[in-house]
Formats: sequence, structure tokens, C-alpha cells
Amino acid sequence: MRIAGQKLTGKLAAIYVTVILITLVMLLPFAWMLSASLKLSSEVFVFPIEWIPSNPQWQNYVDIWTKIPLALFIYNTSKLTIIVTVLQLFTSSFAAYAFAKLEFPYKNALFLGYIATIAMPWQVYMVPQFLLMREFGLNNTHLALICLQAFTAFGVFLMRQFYMSIPTELCEAARIDGMNEYQIWAKIMLPLSKPALSTLTIFTFVTTWNDFLGPMIYLTKTELKTIQIGLRMFISQYSAEYGLIMAASVVALIPVLIVFLSLQRFFVEGVASSGLKG
Amino acid sequence: MANSIIAAGDTPVVTRRRKVVSKRRRKVQDALVAYSFIAPNFLGFAVFTLGPILFAFVLAFMHWDGSNAMTFAGLDNFWRLFEDKAFIDAFWNTIIYTVVSVPATLACALGLAILLNQKILGRDFFRTAMFFPYVASLVAVAVVWNMIFNPEMGPVNMLLYTLGLDPKDMPGWAADRHWAMVTVILFGVWKSMGYFMVIYLAGLQGINSELYEAADLDGANAWQKFLYVTVPQLGPTTFFVTVMLTIQSFKVFDQIYMITQGGPGTSTLVLVYHIYNEAFVSWDLGYSSMIALVLFFLVLGITVIQFRRQKED
Repeated sequence: MRIAGQKLTGKLAAIYVTVILITLVMLLPFAWMLSASLKLSSEVFVFPIEWIPSNPQWQNYVDIWTKIPLALFIYNTSKLTIIVTVLQLFTSSFAAYAFAKLEFPYKNALFLGYIATIAMPWQVYMVPQFLLMREFGLNNTHLALICLQAFTAFGVFLMRQFYMSIPTELCEAARIDGMNEYQIWAKIMLPLSKPALSTLTIFTFVTTWNDFLGPMIYLTKTELKTIQIGLRMFISQYSAEYGLIMAASVVALIPVLIVFLSLQRFFVEGVASSGLKG
Repeated sequence: MANSIIAAGDTPVVTRRRKVVSKRRRKVQDALVAYSFIAPNFLGFAVFTLGPILFAFVLAFMHWDGSNAMTFAGLDNFWRLFEDKAFIDAFWNTIIYTVVSVPATLACALGLAILLNQKILGRDFFRTAMFFPYVASLVAVAVVWNMIFNPEMGPVNMLLYTLGLDPKDMPGWAADRHWAMVTVILFGVWKSMGYFMVIYLAGLQGINSELYEAADLDGANAWQKFLYVTVPQLGPTTFFVTVMLTIQSFKVFDQIYMITQGGPGTSTLVLVYHIYNEAFVSWDLGYSSMIALVLFFLVLGITVIQFRRQKED
């Protein structure tokens, strides 16, 4: 017998068994979530586990929309995520172009300012940042979260690393052809940097969508809440409604799953390169 | 190019001076263009990141409740650290969390990477599956974790029961002083190992296959090849992964908030949790900033030590 062009040896069989077992363990919590989301709360903890519910409660997926403003939470989160991602992509790639391809005074000092904060946990300055936002009157607004997530050192660093690998001759040739720097950025650098842009898109999307502490500190009004803290509120309000909680959790996972699967190819490359070039 | 040739040649002084002036103007203009590229990001970064960081250093030496006037505290907040039992617990819990979860995650990630670097069918699917917990929303998976590890009804303890474990020896997981940290660490390892697996995969692909061929010629077995080729060749990757993981562990919060709320007692209270409590529950902003500074110096110290060791190697 042959699998993937290799002879099925004892060693190969052992690898398959190990990989499949580990994958099952990794995915088990998701399987449990999906299965429990279709059960009555009283059935969720029945052991041995009935993985495929005999009497699926599709009603759970209807009820969650009325028990809490789930649609509003999703709308809030999508709005925040899209704005943050667009701003992040634009400002990071814009700044990164100057750091990678232009000469100007204090270039190294400015770049060092970015680098020095990359390793600095946000939690170190979250309190003064909150006080600053409150001073600006941005407490309980989405704008606060946009401001704190859209201008990251990480984004600039990632894009700069990628631009460094694009030959400078390309920019020089364009300058001779009469393009100005803005045109070079828009017409040459941006189209060439799709892998880096995709990586940054996924990183930003996933972090913003899944952010927990930020929204928890800034958003106390229910109508402003994001899906994560909305879900958290749901859990504390209906702590025994396991089926509903699981259904809401599944819904909260879907957007990330879609983005992740569609950009997955770039993501793996991006994680790998952003990690190692640093 | 053309400019410099003319300027260096025997052109009249006037034109040369004009060239110098226009050259300087060009330089200023170029700099302005460059700054216009940086400005949108840098302004936001300076106001919302650099500013607060500097403010954190000031705030740590102040007394402030956020509404009354700020007063200078000198080293009060610093001395308070040594008397605050919750801080001391949080400090050690953070260290324990880091010391256990960093090597555990690293070993799992490396193991997974080696397994999934083999040419097997459905390799991309397996890689994606391992990676998914990392991107999955924390609140959702933490709830599942709490249910699966529920001490009375959860499937994990049910399984242990069917395997014959006495109910009174059963781990109480998140509700048990002795097991709460284990529960949180297991969750952390499960959630992030896929991410570091991908970094290790990239590292593995960078190893020259001739090294393995040479080892084969010398009659090395699989374990020897792992020990004498793979591990040393992955040195830079391991370094990077260790630094990333350590920083990530020092700032752990979300999963603890969702799974144990720092409890039972203070058994899973960590530094960021304590910062959060002191700032947004007690509104003791100066003291919370002092704890934040401790976190900052911990991260800085570890990063410096790791960079030094990397240089020596």
C-alpha cells in the first residue's frame, strides 16, 4: 500500500496515528462546542458524550439573537475590526515605505522608537492610556479602541521588513520615469507587497476581533460592546443555559474561521517570515 | 549623479553655489516627503503609545484615584509592593506560569513541527487544525474549557471516573487551589502551540538537507540526527520562540480572567490581573502603574538576558 507516494511502513503508520490523535485532541473542544450548541442545557453534560445530538435543538441558534443583542455586538465588532484593519494597513505600509526606501534626518532614532516598544506589553501602559483617552473624552466610544489599535509598531516593522527585500533599483527606475514617491508607493510597492499586507490583515483582524481586555476597559455601555465582551456578558447572565452559550460561541467563531481559512496560505508564510527576519 | 559631476568640475563659482543651495533645498524637500509618509502612523503611535508609556513612569511615583488631585508619592508605591501579599503571590504565580508554560509550549510546538514536516497526506489540513486554536476567540474556547474541565459533570473527570479514579482524588481543576494553575497552563499551551509550530516549521525548512545526508553517512540514528543536527540548526528559531513565549507568558490575563478569575484565593492571580484590579477596581492608579513597571522590568530583563546568551552561543 502507498500513501502520498510513500510505502506504508511501520514508521509512517506510527506518524499517521500520532498526527491524527493529536489533531483530534486539538479539535475536540470545537467538536464539543458544536455538539453542545445543538443540545438542551440538561443534555450537555450527559456522559458518555452523544457527539451527534439525536434531537438537535436548532432553536438555540434562533434564540441567541433575541436573548442578547448578538447582531449588534457583531456589527460593532465588524465595524471596529474593518476600520482598524484599513487604518493599520494604510498607515503602516505608508510609514514603512519611508523607513525602507527613503533617506531623512533622524530615521534611525524614529525607527528605534518603534522597535523599543515592540516587546513592551500593552498591559504596561494600558492604565495611563485609558486616563489619556478619558481626558480626550473618548471613554465609552469606539474611537478609543480604534486609536489604540490602529497604529502599532508591529505593523510598521512587518511592512518595513518586507519592503527591504524589494530591490531599490525598482524605485530608482520609477523615479527616472518621472514618478514621485507617492506614485511609487501606490503603483509599485503596494502591488508587490500582497503577502505582507495579507499577513498584517489577518494579524490585525484576528487581534481586533478577539480583543478582550481593551473593550472590557473602554466599553461599559451594552450598545457599544463587542462580541467578546458581549459573549462574556451573556455567559454571566445565563450561566446555566449551556446550549445557548455554545451556540453564541459558535457564531462568534465563524467570522474568524472564514477569514483565517481564506487567507490561511499567506498567514503561514507570514508568521514564518515575520518571525525569522526579526 | 549628473549634479555631482558638474559641481566637482571647473564650473563658475556662482552656478556652483546655486547648485549647493538647490541641493540643500532638494534635501529638505526629500525629508518633508519622507516625513509625510511617516506622519499618519507616527502621530497616532506617539500620542497613544509613546505618550502613555512615558506617563506610566511618572504615574508610578504618584498617588492618584483618577478624580481628586494627583499628589507626589515618592517611593511609597515601591515600598508598598513588599507589603502587598497579593502582589507577592501575583509575582510568583506569573513566574510559575512562565517557567512551566514556556518549555511545555516550546516542546509541543517543536514536536508538532517535526511531525508535520514529514511528507504525509493531508499535511496542510493537519497544520491548519493545529493552528486554529490560536486564532479562535478566547472567550468562546475558554467557556468550553470550563465545561470540559467542570469538576462535577465535565467529560474529563467523567472519563477519569470510568477509568477507576476515586471521586475524592478527582482534580477540581479551575475550582481547586492545587489544580487551577494547571488548568490555566494547559489551556495556554493548547491555544498557542500551533502558532509556534508554524515558526518552527519555517526553521526546519531552512535546514540544509546535506547536513542530514552527511549524518546518514556517519551512521547516525534518528535521535542522534535530532540532537546533533536539528536542535543546533534550530538555535535562532528556538531563541526567537523563547523570547516571544516568555513575553507572552508575563502578560497573561484574558484566559485567567475567563477561567479562574485569579482564584481560588490568589492561586492564579498574575501581575496583569493585579494591575487590572488595582487600576479599574480599586482606582489606585499610581500603585497599579508601579506594578506595571515591575512587569516592564521583568520583560526587559528577560529579553536582555536572552539576547546576551544568544550572543555568547
